[in-house]
Amino acid sequence: MNEIPPKEPLIETIIEPATQIDPNYNFAYLNEQTKKMIRRALLKAVAIPGYQVPFAGREMPMPYGWGTGGVQITASILTPDDVLKVIDQGADDTTNAVSIRKFFQRTAGIATTLNTAAATVIQTRHRIPEQKLQEGQILVYQVPIPEPLRFLEPRETETRKMHAFEDYGLMHVKLYEDISQHGHIATTYAYPVMVENHYVMDPSPIPKFDNPKMNNNPALQLFGAGREKRIYAIPPYTKVVSLDFEDHPFEIQAWDQPCEICGAEDSFLDEVIMDDQGTRMFVCSDSDYCQSRSEVQS
Amino acid sequence: MNQPLFSVTNLSKKFGKTIACDDISFDLWPGEILGIVGESGSGKTTLLRSIAGLIKPDQATISYQGKNNKLLNIDQMDEPKLRHLQRTEWAFVHQHPRDGLRMNVSAGANIGERLMANGWRHYDDIRKEAIKWLEAVEIDAKRIDDLPRTFSGGMQQRLQIARNLVTNPRLIFMDEPTGGLDVSVQARLLDLLRGLVRDLGLSAIIVTHDLAVARLLSNRLMVMKDGQVIEHGLTDQVLEDPQAAYSQLLVSSILQV
Repeated sequence: MNEIPPKEPLIETIIEPATQIDPNYNFAYLNEQTKKMIRRALLKAVAIPGYQVPFAGREMPMPYGWGTGGVQITASILTPDDVLKVIDQGADDTTNAVSIRKFFQRTAGIATTLNTAAATVIQTRHRIPEQKLQEGQILVYQVPIPEPLRFLEPRETETRKMHAFEDYGLMHVKLYEDISQHGHIATTYAYPVMVENHYVMDPSPIPKFDNPKMNNNPALQLFGAGREKRIYAIPPYTKVVSLDFEDHPFEIQAWDQPCEICGAEDSFLDEVIMDDQGTRMFVCSDSDYCQSRSEVQS
Repeated sequence: MNQPLFSVTNLSKKFGKTIACDDISFDLWPGEILGIVGESGSGKTTLLRSIAGLIKPDQATISYQGKNNKLLNIDQMDEPKLRHLQRTEWAFVHQHPRDGLRMNVSAGANIGERLMANGWRHYDDIRKEAIKWLEAVEIDAKRIDDLPRTFSGGMQQRLQIARNLVTNPRLIFMDEPTGGLDVSVQARLLDLLRGLVRDLGLSAIIVTHDLAVARLLSNRLMVMKDGQVIEHGLTDQVLEDPQAAYSQLLVSSILQV
């Protein structure tokens, strides 16, 4: 599962080498039985793309909502040779990303990186990296609410049946409501997708800008919801289609201007307020992508 | 016309020791409206819910003559197939509109849900159909984007009917469709229902405790008491000349104004 891409000299320099492992912890914090249980759930999830597999989620040393689901998956798939990258809203230097990266540096003693191409495992919250992923890489998503039908049909017994019977009229009711109230499909994140013509899936709160990247992606995509104790997956090269109407097709966000740091026109931009006079700038949310582009330019 | 549309044989349903339905059999013919009357607790609603596939009877043989004259065994049917039937050829109007509507989405979405569940993926077409049905049940088309909770009780009930009829079902189950509505609203709703049923050539099974409703809508009447059918016949016949003691009591207890 963890095939490491051939290390090029350039990549060597951007990997922070393995650190001393804290001997008081088992490798990657979780005990081996737990990892085995999670791996079994992962195998099932990969075998049935988009299907939510229940698993016995453990308490992690962080609150629910901080990525306990993603951390448990990462802990279960890490090997000592892996190179880990953690991003939060696309950035490597945000609290959530830094703390999770440190957590695995300490408990697994593995190498880490900020570079998308150099990583073998990328744990993410709310974004898919702009740089194309490759075969052998694993993208682990942190998922708050795995059930796309939750707010329309609160009964779990009912939603599970709806998934099993492919009874998904309700999902379009939400999109219909968007159009009737806003004139267009106003869902901008956690935009529902259909995986391999069967299961409707919540892609976690990534912007819909990232939805097309999930389709036919060479990397393995794993989704972990810690509070709700569900795991689901998209195997490499799987068909992922965003739901829409014939006369209101799926569209991704677009901006009037490029990134003000690196000039990228093809990346997801964050709006940053600069002062209290209303000045603002638009910059790439993917910090690694933005930085590597600026370095090439300078 | 030589086959019943819907046929129930030996239906029984118990809740613990309580017998809700005891060995009930009847046929429904195409284009016919069957009324089921009886006092509360007599098993009417349980019978309706059992035959409509909402709850599982302990024992029953239920057959339905589907489109293309295919005879379907409802009691043995897989759940996905049953659900498909329920959202295409059948309809179920609940007593309380809140049970049959989605209260947190607009009227248009409520009507459109069945269409979208049946594969409609064109927004404008869905909307046109929703407007058509709102008008058919006498709700102002301007209210299409309003939530059902801003509607009056009578309007909610009419919306529920529109939501159910939008896929042109052949068989409609109604559980006290006029319960909880005031008399003038009831009268309009009954008028509307009668018109729709006649125009669309629907067959219907209507549960009610209101004999006036039964008289207005149904061709045939079944009187239930303690989970059993105690009388069965043409509506006028049962109401004019009730045979069973309980039916006589029921008919004589209608308030005369």
